[in-house]
Amino acid sequence: MSPGTAAPREATGAFAQPPMRLRLRLARDRTLVALCIVALAAAVIPLVWVLWEVVSVGAQHVSLEFLTGLPAPPTVGGGGWANAIVGSFVVVGIALLIGVPVGVATGIYMSEYGDNLLGRSTRFLCEVMAGIPSIVAGIVAYGLIVVTMGRFSAVSGGIALTALFIPIVAITTQEALRMVPRHQREASFALGIPEAPTTLRVILPAAMGNVLTGIMIATARIAGETAPLLFTAFNSNYWLEGIDQPTATIPVNIYSYAISPFEHWHNQAWAGALVLVSIILVTNVVARTLWARRARFMSGH
Amino acid sequence: MSLTRKERTGTRAAAKPSDEGAGPSEVVGSRERSSRRRRSLRSPPGGLLRRRWFRYVTAGAAVLVVGMAAIIAFQLWTGSRLAWEEWGLAFITRTEWDPVQGEFGALPFIVGTLLTSGMALLIALPVSLGIAILLTEYAPRALRDPLIFVVELLAAVPSVVFGLWGIFVLAPLVQRHVMPWVAATPLGLLPFFGEPGPGYTLFTASLILSIMIIPIIASLSREVLMAVPRDQKEGALALGATRWEATRHVVLAYGRAGIFSAAVLGLGRALGETMATTMTIGNSLGLNFDFFSPGNSMTAIIANELREAAAEIHVSSLVAIGLILFLMSFILNTVGRLLILQTHKGVG
Repeated sequence: MSPGTAAPREATGAFAQPPMRLRLRLARDRTLVALCIVALAAAVIPLVWVLWEVVSVGAQHVSLEFLTGLPAPPTVGGGGWANAIVGSFVVVGIALLIGVPVGVATGIYMSEYGDNLLGRSTRFLCEVMAGIPSIVAGIVAYGLIVVTMGRFSAVSGGIALTALFIPIVAITTQEALRMVPRHQREASFALGIPEAPTTLRVILPAAMGNVLTGIMIATARIAGETAPLLFTAFNSNYWLEGIDQPTATIPVNIYSYAISPFEHWHNQAWAGALVLVSIILVTNVVARTLWARRARFMSGH
Repeated sequence: MSLTRKERTGTRAAAKPSDEGAGPSEVVGSRERSSRRRRSLRSPPGGLLRRRWFRYVTAGAAVLVVGMAAIIAFQLWTGSRLAWEEWGLAFITRTEWDPVQGEFGALPFIVGTLLTSGMALLIALPVSLGIAILLTEYAPRALRDPLIFVVELLAAVPSVVFGLWGIFVLAPLVQRHVMPWVAATPLGLLPFFGEPGPGYTLFTASLILSIMIIPIIASLSREVLMAVPRDQKEGALALGATRWEATRHVVLAYGRAGIFSAAVLGLGRALGETMATTMTIGNSLGLNFDFFSPGNSMTAIIANELREAAAEIHVSSLVAIGLILFLMSFILNTVGRLLILQTHKGVG
């Protein structure tokens, strides 16, 4: 070996030419980062793909008639899902009407007075119930309400959704209230203000942004639920006549149109998916960007 | 002052049983703590009810939630009693499903659910871990929040939309490309991968399920990884470990229990996922262990048949499957949540 080849190596030092072993370790480090990026891509690509299909196929088939008309037989063509859109809003509205007061009140109890057996068991049950299959809520509402009333109804669908809605809202409300600094409570109590006004007019307003975010995310979640509505709200080809009557909803329509043998109905299912996904994603984005800053929210189905 | 205090303590003690109905020792401890916070100089005017109505109202809501869980369990039990009376626990291991003959058994659906959920977890766990590691250890701050946002959006897409995509996009793709490809690799020799057929199979359902449970596993394990103490990680780095070595030997070792619980909760989600499964699994009847042929799951059979079931024993059998599903998911969720509580306690 001539001195000419050895000289530059010494000049650049150990860091520029690390020993073989270290180079291997660094290479492995980089490979694994690459694998992590591949993993992220594996999650993001299906999302983009699903959204792309929904937007590109759905947009071709959304029309004014689709948004304002009643369903037409598949052989005739045309027709719309206006009754399903109204139905979805009614069913989700019923769930909100019951779920928001109960969910928020439960969250307040868990956060403010929940340092006892009832509070702890409620918290635990909420966490567990948030992961219970949504179809179970449908089975129970079917047995309790549909069988008792003798018919499918919008109100049974709303109540099935309430069971999914309450645990999520209770948990997010609790976490939002916990984030309000303790001294705000103490300041209010120090002024001699009783429990109810302290919570309702001091703590709740301070946490309102995050409470609303939780409610909106939970709403978006139940708006897309299909399984609990299959045998509660059921289906209908006409306008909703009352909350004690069966009603079409967007998610159930997507399902029944998608598994039908008619291409026209398949197209309408994509159009409906576009409407549903738009509502849900807009609600999510608004909820997460407008108010949420530090909150941890339940994610997943 | 002292008189007032005594008076208040007295009313508090009197309020205890109706208030929560909790174990006495626990309540005294917690009440002592919270009352110190709320104690004002003078007792506010009005009776106990007037001062505390708000607490009672919110407690009522909490009781309602607990009651809701009880009602769900009770209704599933009474709704399925007929099936349990007919076959007893053997219902779980029976393989017949024939509404015309009135023969019902849950095993094919339990097997289908376990196969698809297990496969989904097998695919989703490494992917979710990769995402969690990337987000906690490697991603620059500016990228982290948008990426978390995107992964959470994945969770917001409704199941039925994934199902729609599964029917018209994924199933044909799996049929034409994925199944022939897997069958050509050594994996194809396993008994679980038979002759590729149409695209509506256990395999397609597993793929969709894995996509759907990635967000929950990723976000739960991200929380676990973030809870690893900084000095532990920095200690490893200071000893000359590469970032990967620090992640593997310190972060992953520290978060093992938490990651396990994330996987358990993810499995719980996969078990209960209904629409995407129903729309892609193929809905066959009978016991099937072959991923490349149509199968069925507990959620799919309920979604397909409950609204058309006429015979009481048919409805009852479907509700019985619902009860088994509820119990499985309740146990998985309970175990997962308890483990998470445990790890949080450990991390402090």
